Amino acid sequence: MNFGAISAIYRAEMARFFRTLLQSFVSPVISTSLYFVVFGAAIGSRMDQVEGVDYAAFIIPGLIMLSVMTQATSNASFAIYFPKFIGTIYEYLSAPISFLEVTLGFVGAAATKALFIGLVILATSFLFVDFTILHPLAMLAFLFLTCISFALLGFIIGIWAKNFEQLQLIPLLVITPLVFLGGSFYSISMLPPAWQVVTRFNPVVYLISGFRWSFFGQADVPIGVSLAAIALFTAICLGIIWLIFRTGWRIRQ
Amino acid sequence: MPPIVSVRDLTKTYKGGFTALSGVTLDIEEGEIIALLGPNGAGKTTLISTICGITMPSGGVVEVGGHDVVRDWRRARDLIGLVPQEIALEPFSTVWNNVRFTRGLYDRPRDDAHLERLLRDLSLWEKRDAKVMELSGGMKRRVLIAKALSHGPRVLFLDEPTAGVDVELRRDMWRVVARLREEGVTIILTTHYIEEAEAIADRIGVISKGRIMLVERTADLMARLGRKELRIELTEPVAEIPEGLRREGLARTDDGGALVYTYDTHASRTGITALLADLQAAGLQLADLSTSASSLEDIFVGLVKEDTV
Repeated sequence: MNFGAISAIYRAEMARFFRTLLQSFVSPVISTSLYFVVFGAAIGSRMDQVEGVDYAAFIIPGLIMLSVMTQATSNASFAIYFPKFIGTIYEYLSAPISFLEVTLGFVGAAATKALFIGLVILATSFLFVDFTILHPLAMLAFLFLTCISFALLGFIIGIWAKNFEQLQLIPLLVITPLVFLGGSFYSISMLPPAWQVVTRFNPVVYLISGFRWSFFGQADVPIGVSLAAIALFTAICLGIIWLIFRTGWRIRQ
Repeated sequence: MPPIVSVRDLTKTYKGGFTALSGVTLDIEEGEIIALLGPNGAGKTTLISTICGITMPSGGVVEVGGHDVVRDWRRARDLIGLVPQEIALEPFSTVWNNVRFTRGLYDRPRDDAHLERLLRDLSLWEKRDAKVMELSGGMKRRVLIAKALSHGPRVLFLDEPTAGVDVELRRDMWRVVARLREEGVTIILTTHYIEEAEAIADRIGVISKGRIMLVERTADLMARLGRKELRIELTEPVAEIPEGLRREGLARTDDGGALVYTYDTHASRTGITALLADLQAAGLQLADLSTSASSLEDIFVGLVKEDTV
């Protein structure tokens, strides 16, 4: 195992993150604050509690997930797409590093960034709403797994993408809608029965539900199902990456 | 001693069906400098890319330091440094971090002294804290070289390192190459500057259409194929070559002010003495004499032409 290379890639990626600290941190914090102002204060004040939780508090787990998923995906996809775009990919191919090591470096860094942002948003939430986290360890575990699995997804997108448009396509067309329709801002039980069935096919529902459980102790789906869903998602991503590496698809001719 | 790089019947056909290499066999001895010459699209870069692990071979075997580049890739690649043809660098990172990053990819411990010497040798030391995007094209190329040497490779590949670089950089680069040669580093370079191959390479290989046309010691190649030209400047231009002087290899310049005699330096008789005697007999006055060797370029163009006919 070439740990030096993993650490070199990880540190280089984190350095990029800290070089663009303003975009990295400030923009998620601002957009989250806007959500709190609009959803929490403006709409929430006219709403009753959702499943025994203040609406402003209820949306916190969804808001964190929204940012973490998009950040993990876009960070990882950009990180591996950029070397392909500027040509420095030759270094990763000619150095004594395996694809597993490349993945660990890039995905690890993208997941770390997303985790940071998730925690910053969580801290920001305390400024707006008064709430307690029931299961802090489970909350961290869910956050961590989500960061990793969506960074893996982003990594796949980055390898697949042939141009910047494709790089934006999946996050914009798939992830954002799934997150919005995944119960970020409402409880699944608030939907008409037919839509409740449709929603079961949205993987994000399980993540947000599990994450929300770790905050307030209530969930749309059983916590075990949530865990199984995220494990399955991670396994699928790992499998695809393994296939990509076996075949050298879009990387090594 | 076994060759440091051994290529056996290497073939490469890209997915689109284009065959870039059709059966290349080449042994490179440790410590030598070998120059690969060939027209664009001959397969030079594909050959280098396949040895370095950037492209996968379609057939044949490549070994570096006795390690198969496909099966034992980690050990093979560990020995290699590569300077690519195209400038490709992380633009937002500094020169120092760029070079240190590559050293990290090769799992080498941090060694600031080594990197400092490298950057000083390549006149990059003053620019170590500059972002790569702020550098000129020539400076970027220096960074590429520094990166390729950051882990102390045993085999260095230079893919057209002097394409479009200024005189100063070329001088710096050859100074570094000379030092590496003293350290016993094997250097494989491709170039379009044929005089350069002639000047620094121990051996020259000519590639055309995915095949090695020849590999020979530079001196042998020059000697075997080397022809020289004798240029005879006349005090009075002549309208045509006098009857008694006409012979194979002798031509008149367009303005008639000089005669050019092409001869083989290795023929048993060059015919120079006879020519000079006949010149005197013909009553022509000589203003000056000069000789020049035909360059490798002529040899190379001749070889590739023969191949395409």
